[in-house]
Amino acid sequence: MSALSLSGVGKVFNPGSDQEVRAVHGIDLEVGRGEFVSVIGPSGCGKSTLLRLIGDLTPPSAGTVSVNGKTPARARLDRDYGMVFQSATLLDWRKVAANVELPLEIMGMGEAERSRQAAAMLDLVQLGRFAGHYPWQLSGGMQQRVAIARALAFKPSILLMDEPFGALDEMTRERMQAELLRIRAETGTTVVFVTHSIPEAVFLSTRVVIMSSRPGTITEVVDIDLPEPRSYETREDRRFFDLLTKVREGLRAVEAS
Amino acid sequence: MSPNTRRVLSVLGILAVLVAVWEGYKWMGTATGGVWPGTGVELPVRTNERSMPHTWDVVIALLRPARRGGDMLLLVLLKAALFTWRSALLGFVLGSAVGFGLGVLFVRSALAERGLMPHVVASQTVPILAIAPILVVWAGRLNVTRWLVVAVVSAYLAFFPVAINTLRGLRSPDATASELMRSYAATPNQVLWKLQVPAALPYLFPALKIAATASIIGAIVGELPASMPDGLGRAILNFAAAFSAAPAKLFASILVASLVGIGFVGVVVLAERMLIPPSRRLEDLEAAGPRGRDLKEVVA
Repeated sequence: MSALSLSGVGKVFNPGSDQEVRAVHGIDLEVGRGEFVSVIGPSGCGKSTLLRLIGDLTPPSAGTVSVNGKTPARARLDRDYGMVFQSATLLDWRKVAANVELPLEIMGMGEAERSRQAAAMLDLVQLGRFAGHYPWQLSGGMQQRVAIARALAFKPSILLMDEPFGALDEMTRERMQAELLRIRAETGTTVVFVTHSIPEAVFLSTRVVIMSSRPGTITEVVDIDLPEPRSYETREDRRFFDLLTKVREGLRAVEAS
Repeated sequence: MSPNTRRVLSVLGILAVLVAVWEGYKWMGTATGGVWPGTGVELPVRTNERSMPHTWDVVIALLRPARRGGDMLLLVLLKAALFTWRSALLGFVLGSAVGFGLGVLFVRSALAERGLMPHVVASQTVPILAIAPILVVWAGRLNVTRWLVVAVVSAYLAFFPVAINTLRGLRSPDATASELMRSYAATPNQVLWKLQVPAALPYLFPALKIAATASIIGAIVGELPASMPDGLGRAILNFAAAFSAAPAKLFASILVASLVGIGFVGVVVLAERMLIPPSRRLEDLEAAGPRGRDLKEVVA
């Protein structure tokens, strides 16, 4: 059973009105367990909408989405998803550890287990010694790492990430990408990752999905067969550059059409 | 100099300036015979003892017996203030609870907001002087203690700012935070208590400060139609009637009434300081900004 299965999925906003928008259309996609799939495409191509359809933040207008063999709503209630957005969205009245504990509190986990789990997650993102800080005392990159720790806290089987590193500078961004790969290797989580950046998509993914806009639909899927584990050397690999070119050409074809 | 010392000094400084302006104006009027210097134009407020007592006379009046052989005026006024404050405190608590409840109701139900909000706004345009006697008469039939009725009048003024700001605060978390809660499969109550209410606290406290002063005004005004003999309302009315004979006493009661209000707001400010870290206090955001940045640099 695949982790995610989308067939004929479409989303129309404000149907029937003069503000009708066909955000995505005819999406077929299978994502296997443990895969890292990036979705890339021009602004407004419906990448984020696709992620929101998977995460049950908005219902599809057409087609079916299946998550671990369940409806997205069921999967959400079973807490199969962890979500990370472009802004870390930490609650500023909670210390770092309490932010990571929030989803665990909501699922009703006991206090001792909760704080043990939060501590483990903070160690995973290497922020263990900042547990007692407030979010505003951390840099943007650190805040985003807390958001990742929080998303992983209840050990979801699928991580949905919407341009999580979009607001970070290039150096921090590359460090965060390496961190994310390490975390994924440790946890085996399936990741769907929306991004604007071609190198980011290629470096992180097992597959890159290219989308066109109006209506947002999948035009090409590029397999990324870079050796694992990936490291800073991967970025200087000949094969890495070939794949960058391939994705770039795929995107150019989209924009030309 | 610490920020607190500076704050106290600035308050005292402004008080000194106000006293100086008052006394300066009075001195000028006395010197010129009630006209602007060098002109024949009359001053807007007469400067004789009947209209404008000396500031020190007001203080002296506080320390003298209110009536021949009676208690010191300050004591009489403080007793009256305490009596009024009892109604005001209950009104404040009642009004804040109702205001908070309305805020929660409105954020939960757009229908309730659309239907009730116009009435909530309209309630504040009706003069409290008209509402108070009605409430007193109604409560008279129900045999409710009078000071409780006064508390209701006071609550009537206090609930409004709390309702408005609670609603605003509950709505303050951005959409992403709500979506996160949704992804955790949080119940509406969990969203309320773990996200919306904590987010609303910085908005709630400025409203509570307004409610604290409004509840005192409400209680003073409410005492008049309730014909309560013991509160500040009656004291102010009596001294107003005797203003031309003993103007200092009315000014003295104004002084005490405003001190009660300031004290009440002070209690709210204290609660705010205990409950909300500086970085989240709305009016202190400017002050907290650079401090936050410094700390961030230390950490990084």
